[in-house]
Amino acid sequence: MSEPIPVHTSPSNKMIITMGLVASICGVLIVGAYESTQDAIANNKRIMVERAVFKVLPGAAKVSEYVATPSGIQALTGNVPEGGMKFYAAYDQAGVLKGIAAEAAGKGYADMVRVLYGYDTKCQCIIGIGVVSMRETPGIGDKIITDKEFLKNFDALDVRVNAEMSALANAVKVVKHGSKQNAWEIDAIAGATVTTKAVGRGINESAQKLMPLLVPHVKELLP
Amino acid sequence: MNPKKEIDEGITFDTFMEGVWRQNPVFVMVLGMCPTLAVTVSAVNAVSMGIATLFVLVSSCLLVSLIRNLVPKEVRIATYIVIIATFVTLVDYIIQAVSLSLYEALGAFIQLIVVNCIILGRAEAHASKNPPLKAVVNALGMGIGFTIGLLALGATREILGAGKLFGFSLFGEHFQPWVVMVLPPGGFFVLGAWLLLFSFMRSRSATE
Amino acid sequence: MSKHRIELRAAPHQHSGHSVPTIMRNVVYSLLPICGFSVWQYGLSALALLLTVTATCLATERLLNRNANTLGDWSAAITGILLGLTLPPAFPLWMAIVAGFVAIAIGKAMFGGLGHNPFNPALVGRAFVQAAFPVAITTWVPAFSANRFSEFVPTTFTAPLMMPPDIVGWVKQQGVDAFTGATPLARWKFENVTASAHDLLTGTVTASAGETSALLILMCGAYLAIRKFMDWRIPVAVLGSAALTAWAFQLYDPAHYPAPLFVLLSGGLMIGAIYMATDMATSPVTPVGVWIYGVIIGVMTVIIRYFGGLTEGVMYAILLGNALTPLIDQYTQPRVYGTGRKEKP
Repeated sequence: MSEPIPVHTSPSNKMIITMGLVASICGVLIVGAYESTQDAIANNKRIMVERAVFKVLPGAAKVSEYVATPSGIQALTGNVPEGGMKFYAAYDQAGVLKGIAAEAAGKGYADMVRVLYGYDTKCQCIIGIGVVSMRETPGIGDKIITDKEFLKNFDALDVRVNAEMSALANAVKVVKHGSKQNAWEIDAIAGATVTTKAVGRGINESAQKLMPLLVPHVKELLP
Repeated sequence: MNPKKEIDEGITFDTFMEGVWRQNPVFVMVLGMCPTLAVTVSAVNAVSMGIATLFVLVSSCLLVSLIRNLVPKEVRIATYIVIIATFVTLVDYIIQAVSLSLYEALGAFIQLIVVNCIILGRAEAHASKNPPLKAVVNALGMGIGFTIGLLALGATREILGAGKLFGFSLFGEHFQPWVVMVLPPGGFFVLGAWLLLFSFMRSRSATE
Repeated sequence: MSKHRIELRAAPHQHSGHSVPTIMRNVVYSLLPICGFSVWQYGLSALALLLTVTATCLATERLLNRNANTLGDWSAAITGILLGLTLPPAFPLWMAIVAGFVAIAIGKAMFGGLGHNPFNPALVGRAFVQAAFPVAITTWVPAFSANRFSEFVPTTFTAPLMMPPDIVGWVKQQGVDAFTGATPLARWKFENVTASAHDLLTGTVTASAGETSALLILMCGAYLAIRKFMDWRIPVAVLGSAALTAWAFQLYDPAHYPAPLFVLLSGGLMIGAIYMATDMATSPVTPVGVWIYGVIIGVMTVIIRYFGGLTEGVMYAILLGNALTPLIDQYTQPRVYGTGRKEKP
């Protein structure tokens, strides 16, 4: 800075004009960036969702977003309404319903463990899970992705609803390693109990909410 | 180029190299430690973060330098913050458009570029006093220096923590990962080791 | 040319007669029976582990002190032996070398060598490998297997940087009955089974190389305390407060929490209280401070064991105690004679 530091303060209108000028340049830049990237972002999000759903529901080829509310189910437009639950309906090439996918989240060792689970409408059971995001300890917590024995829990995890259609007939429960007896129990991974429990609690919470809303209307999803 | 007489020795090689080596933001000034420690679990994350910061640094320094004679000094910090925040938002959108998985891996640290002291520091200390071309060259050097710093950490942590570099396996499938390296303590260990190496080299060249 | 002179010095005037190398050497002697028992129990693999870790620590110490030979004070040898004793007997040797290097380099040399380190170097090394290799450090082998003196456990000679092989098959061949692959603490935590005090005292349980026999460690510790090579208050405070805390928990819910005796004898509490918490550089110097320090370690150990994600809490409890040491020392300074007590106008 070579010019002498001015003793007088700058006039207010100069400050206002400069700030206004800078703000408008910046505003134009941001709007421009938003407009030009919006399509690519939406496309990326769709691909990401499809990839995750296809993984938990093998054979699916098309995904639609729906929302389940106490007044029924409808295709999702805009934001999820209060008390509603977002889920994905997956169809194969011929348009046959392959299953439903929904998200579940539970507090793990380090942060929320978010998983996507695939639900089969015929057996009323969960037929696969995939991890959406987690920050568990590598080598321990990430066994929920790699441990084949653990993933077998989700070959047919029972989430039937009770007769009144108010909740699950049997709450999904994590049990100690090697003591799984019922189809609604999850056999914990020895040494990674916290992460397994997070998955179990998350699925239970999500299924308890979604299934009673979804099951009475499941026929509406059939084309 | 500059109507007023500014302290301007013109653009020298040092204008560029200052940030890359002599005043390296990571190894010498130890600035911007938050992203340095948090996102360097892999080389790809580190380089992406470095490039994102580089982009914000260069664009905001250019803009700050262009309007340096218009901005009254009372509102200069506010102006710089608005400019930096704008470019951070731009980067945020661009990364989402390029790769969502990268966006999730970098998490909140993309938005946190706005508080990276390197950027405000450069805008205040250099760009606001120098013509645009010189400011850009200097910012480019700083950004590249920052990227090199992040890459050094990210590569070390990825090699030890996963046995990979840029996702390519180096040691075969039986490699034993050093789990601690991808956890937060690993960031401190590796940063400490690099700082040690740099001060060792500097003290050596000082004695010679 | 020598001439008599009067030396004026501030207190203390009395010296116990023990120099640092004498104390350290005696600590090493007292550790030898524990090492011997460990080798007798686990065979060649434990021997190789102890030798490798100690050699690494000595080599690192020598390498990082190029101007002065500091091997003569025996402190690096103690760090090496203690670190070796806290690792699982079949720990891969290349990981043991990493542990030994980190212990001396980061745990000690970086702070300026013996007497300047804020944390117990052996525990720094162990904490690092615990965080780096969580699977290998919880892989246990059965004690007293038939061929322990004729063959190594397959994991011992894992190629550097590689993952140790799976030893489930190897363990089955050893013909050891009812080997669960879990320490008594892990079995309590996940299966609610407590081991008998007799097994824990004599060391016929699964554990790290040197923490199996509580009785032997106790006897070696008693030797050190009687010869005044260590402060007896620290182990007493650690073990006493751990027992009291465990007793209080058991009173609250006997079905869920184990007996105080199990807490005292299992895991690394015994070796931690006697050999690691008493490290002179990292424990307080004031008599009151020593008690506070010991109680913090004892209580924290039990709390981490009961409520933490890990099965063992001694290591982190001692490191925490080490971290608090300067603070404890500062607040427990004795009153200087003739000052304080009453504010005079």
